[in-house]
Amino acid sequence: MPSLSVTLLTGRTLRQGQGKEYGKLSERYWKSVAICEIDPDDLKKLGIKDGKTVRVTTNYGSVALRAVKSMRGPHPRRAFMPYGPWASVIVDSKTHGTGMPSFKGVQAVIEPAADEDKVLNLKELLRSHYGKK
Amino acid sequence: MTVISNVTCPVCGSLCDDLEIEVKNNTVTKVRNACGMGESKFLGYAAHRPLKPLVRKNGELVEVTLTEAIKKSAELLANASYPILYGWSNTCCEASSVGIELAEEIGGVIDNTSTVCHGPSVLSIQDVGFSTCTLGQIRHRADLVLYWGSNPWSAHPRHIERYTNFTEGRFRHSTWNKYLSSLSAYRSKKRVERACKLAEEIHEAAAETSAVLEQPRQLPSSLFEKERKMIVVDVRRTRSADIADCFLQVEPNKDYEVFQALRALLREEELQVDSVGGVPVEVLEELADVLVSCEFGVLFFGVGLTMSEGKLRNIEAGISLVRDLNQYTKFIIMPMRGHYNVTGANIVSTWQTGYPFAVDMSHGYPRYNPGETSVVDILSRGESDAALIVASDPVAHFPKQAVKNLVERPLIVIDPETNATSLLADVVFPCAIAGIEAEGTAYRMDRVPLPLKKVVKPPKSCASDEVILSRILREVRRLKKKREVVTNG
Repeated sequence: MPSLSVTLLTGRTLRQGQGKEYGKLSERYWKSVAICEIDPDDLKKLGIKDGKTVRVTTNYGSVALRAVKSMRGPHPRRAFMPYGPWASVIVDSKTHGTGMPSFKGVQAVIEPAADEDKVLNLKELLRSHYGKK
Repeated sequence: MTVISNVTCPVCGSLCDDLEIEVKNNTVTKVRNACGMGESKFLGYAAHRPLKPLVRKNGELVEVTLTEAIKKSAELLANASYPILYGWSNTCCEASSVGIELAEEIGGVIDNTSTVCHGPSVLSIQDVGFSTCTLGQIRHRADLVLYWGSNPWSAHPRHIERYTNFTEGRFRHSTWNKYLSSLSAYRSKKRVERACKLAEEIHEAAAETSAVLEQPRQLPSSLFEKERKMIVVDVRRTRSADIADCFLQVEPNKDYEVFQALRALLREEELQVDSVGGVPVEVLEELADVLVSCEFGVLFFGVGLTMSEGKLRNIEAGISLVRDLNQYTKFIIMPMRGHYNVTGANIVSTWQTGYPFAVDMSHGYPRYNPGETSVVDILSRGESDAALIVASDPVAHFPKQAVKNLVERPLIVIDPETNATSLLADVVFPCAIAGIEAEGTAYRMDRVPLPLKKVVKPPKSCASDEVILSRILREVRRLKKKREVVTNG
């Protein structure tokens, strides 16, 4: 299965901002956040199309996301994710003595998701990573 | 129907205070002047909220009375030996103030969201100091605006329109018309390119035309003109970059190098490399000229600098660049604060404890040592034994290891809406929304305080977070007094 090493950047998007203000349980929020924007050429290298599921893995975790063809390219080998629970499970918690974890510039590997792999919604993601109280 | 004008928007650090809200039967029906996020908040706030306090019993969150939830929370906090109190940036200063009193009473650690936002900026400012001003000054006087590691189009959608390039200042004109002309020119260029591609017989001519239309990589001439201009520096071409006069793409984690290269160029030193951080030295040389030539420059920086490698050192380099530039011209620097009252949380914390965030009260006096007393570090080490989260969603935004330890211990949440943290909490207090259902004070990113308005009445069962915190504080004091009586016989 093809895979690609990228530098993962997390950040704000207007849709993420609108979604979080509308409601964290809303589909609008989920669909605007559980995504990974990938350079068009990188998508071709992975052999996947816009909208398909990819698995993004770092040293800190792994998560399934919807691949989105980046409109902000070209930015080869740089992938972008909006802030949110899906990004948080794969970023580095080390703060290097500053209090601030490393949310940007994390090394990650992207690969097409397995057939049974699906993008989890908020409740499913919380259950899968943190269990249920 | 009532129209309430000059309403302050409780979403981002721009704190726009020109909103007009139409209210009918205690419901917001129309929002004018707000951005997409502001409109979304005013129109959608009622969609996903619990109306009664919840306490976890047998694994399920069940509705209880406010008094029962207060008693439960006070017990959890009073019994904890190292609780954390976190959030505070999405509520008013008055609530933060009570929160700090509570932290002192229970010997906890109080931290706000700047710890995962502009905390490194605060550390750098404490180290180096910084020259700044209000957004009003920038609106009327700034002729050069740099957004570095910041994407105002998405994170502060009205920032450019209200405070920088697209606003009509007293001494500076808006560049909105110029932007529209450039859009039109861009569309024309695209049309020409498409036409050239279609006409196969004039293929060679098309190539020549494209070559003429494509600018060689150097700074555009508009940057050397007298009028207002905007430069965006970022690791990817954001939407803000599309509307800037010039966009410089820096390699991830290389901002520090670019700042220091610019400082070297200002000192007229020669750089012995072809490029720094992915930016050719010739471009940096021209950029240094542009920075020096402006009359009033401003460097807005975002979390692109604080969250990347180098963190506080990136900001230190940025502040140092601005300090150097002030030997030649007027230049100021300002962090693009995210949550609408994160600045207020820093200010209130500094008033009451002497420190802006990550304040540890466990010794009976305030201690401040980010990296040790900041909540992500405390949680990652698994040291806290209870948490009170106010107006924030750390489960959605903290790294996994920190969240694991947060949700394993008793967790109390005060938040108007259901979010990832409240789904995993042990006690949940729905509260009135500051800036919509409750009044208060918030600080804009330039440290100007603005009043938050109450435009609708909250549900009867939802008190303000300030009231809920005050009641928890009273109950904690009562419990502690009772224990003292028992201990002393």
